[in-house]
Amino acid sequence: MQFGVFSVSDITRDPVSGETPSEAERIDAIVRIAEKTEEVGLDVFAIGEHHNPPFFSSAPTTLLAHIAAKTQRLIVSTATTLITTNDPVRIAEEYAMLQHLAKGRMDLMLGRGNTAPVYPWFGQDIRQSLPLALENYNLLHRLWREDVVDWEGKFRTPLQGFTSTPRPLDDVPPFVWHGSIRTPEIAEQAAYYGDGFFANNIFWPKEHYMRLIKFYRQRYAHYGHGTEKQAIVGLGGQAYIAKRSQDALNEFRPYFNEAPVYGHGPKMEDFMEMTPLSVGSPQEVIDKTLTFREHFGDYQRQMFLMDHAGLPLKTVLNQLDLLGEEVVPVLRKEIESRQDPQTAKPPTHAGRVRDKYGDQPARQPRPNANRGDNVTGGSPYQDTK
Amino acid sequence: MTAQFRLVVVSAGTGDPSSTRLLADRLAQRVTALGTRKQLTVSVQTIELRELAAEIATALVSTHIGAKLQNAITTLHHADGIVASTPVYKAGASGLFTSFFQILDNDLLIAKPVALAATAGTARHALVVDDQMRGLFAYLRTIVVPTSLFAATEDWTDSALTKRIDRAALELVALMAAGFEKTVRDESWDRYQHEFGSAGGTELSIDLDSDLMRLAAGGSAN
Repeated sequence: MQFGVFSVSDITRDPVSGETPSEAERIDAIVRIAEKTEEVGLDVFAIGEHHNPPFFSSAPTTLLAHIAAKTQRLIVSTATTLITTNDPVRIAEEYAMLQHLAKGRMDLMLGRGNTAPVYPWFGQDIRQSLPLALENYNLLHRLWREDVVDWEGKFRTPLQGFTSTPRPLDDVPPFVWHGSIRTPEIAEQAAYYGDGFFANNIFWPKEHYMRLIKFYRQRYAHYGHGTEKQAIVGLGGQAYIAKRSQDALNEFRPYFNEAPVYGHGPKMEDFMEMTPLSVGSPQEVIDKTLTFREHFGDYQRQMFLMDHAGLPLKTVLNQLDLLGEEVVPVLRKEIESRQDPQTAKPPTHAGRVRDKYGDQPARQPRPNANRGDNVTGGSPYQDTK
Repeated sequence: MTAQFRLVVVSAGTGDPSSTRLLADRLAQRVTALGTRKQLTVSVQTIELRELAAEIATALVSTHIGAKLQNAITTLHHADGIVASTPVYKAGASGLFTSFFQILDNDLLIAKPVALAATAGTARHALVVDDQMRGLFAYLRTIVVPTSLFAATEDWTDSALTKRIDRAALELVALMAAGFEKTVRDESWDRYQHEFGSAGGTELSIDLDSDLMRLAAGGSAN
């Protein structure tokens, strides 16, 4: 199982010190957080995508390529990449490029985005969000799998003889997670393509997600990708850890009370009761996280939100030490001993290359010579007609 | 054999006892008494919104439904009839009252018979029920009885209020006994809009034969 950290990229005033970091400070901090994620032995770092203040992450592949260059093992990912307001052609190109630079140590999570004003900034309409997301992904899926694509849809300019470059690394498309908190159609699409399904369960009660994940698993099996237990599921989580649980509660409470989205709302204890938020000792975080697989079935990826609500960098790095040294090693051991043997391995590029080619060498597309007109006619690559 | 009905009283009154609750209770008692005469056993449960105030406020600003609020939602889901009663503040229903009903899933109360009641310190608020509250309950697709109850200070000593309570009670009993909700839900439930997990978490059917589902499975948008 993979463990990682995901960040919303919020720039929030620290309610304890009263300081608001500058964009420059927060961007430097996130790179440090990503490096630290690898140093403490975690597997994945993921960043959100936003196009309005107080968030900084408008260009995730630029950030993730930089992080990939500064790390050795870490998988870089998103939470989420907007499949609605981004042109799927640009997603295909940018993330294939990232995949090459990161030597396959990447994947991405697609989401719709729920900030209505963002849509018209990119020429879209939130009322069409769901069909837009579904159609865009249908196209994205083809762009990574077919060298030459003819396509016509409802929302985007048609494509004639289009080749998305570079082709995916080893001609194996990046692994895709479909993130959804309430939409069966998104779960259906993830199941149809045999992709991963990520339920960011950090805000809502578990019963809601249990239903959606169950539906995804059933449909995954229905489309013949494997059994329900072999479906690829990721979950969100949120933790604040201290050696003594009372210290954790005291230290995190001011950040919780003023946090974006859920701040000024429920009491922290009630929120802990009803959502995956763990505030406490390493053992308490371990115990709570271990209940997730009992509710949702064995899964492949557990992400933790560790850096939001104005927590200062020093605290976040300290949190990552505790997460990486005292929580995740125990979780790995405990989950390994409890996990159903049928459970699928978490997705990696190496594993997907093996699945596609076995012992054979991977395809390495080489373009034909430039004939001045590479947009008509046969295959643009030497190894296909 | 007598038929069993569950009447749920929702009161946004704040005093203990409040006149808002008192008006609702008088109506509920008349419903029970009329039911007995018509071979219907009516049990009454009461939701005091005052006790849910913090959870209602939290739910309005987050997706977080507290335990007491969830209980209230479940109680309403099983209601055969509803008495909804509120004080009038600043020429409108109490914000506590409207907030509570705004949190509910759009399809939780479809076709349920409802009697509306309001109390106020002055008769100048008399049209609040018919002019403002009915719209909310129309949106929720409930069926509201023709007689609305309104009690200003002077009404409490006027026998005409008792007569109106009797009228509203009979109207509510008639709608409950007629099985209107069951007919609508049994034969027409799919014609109303639902979301996955709506109707208080009970609406779990997924229509795989829709344009969006076909698009999700690699088809094209119409």
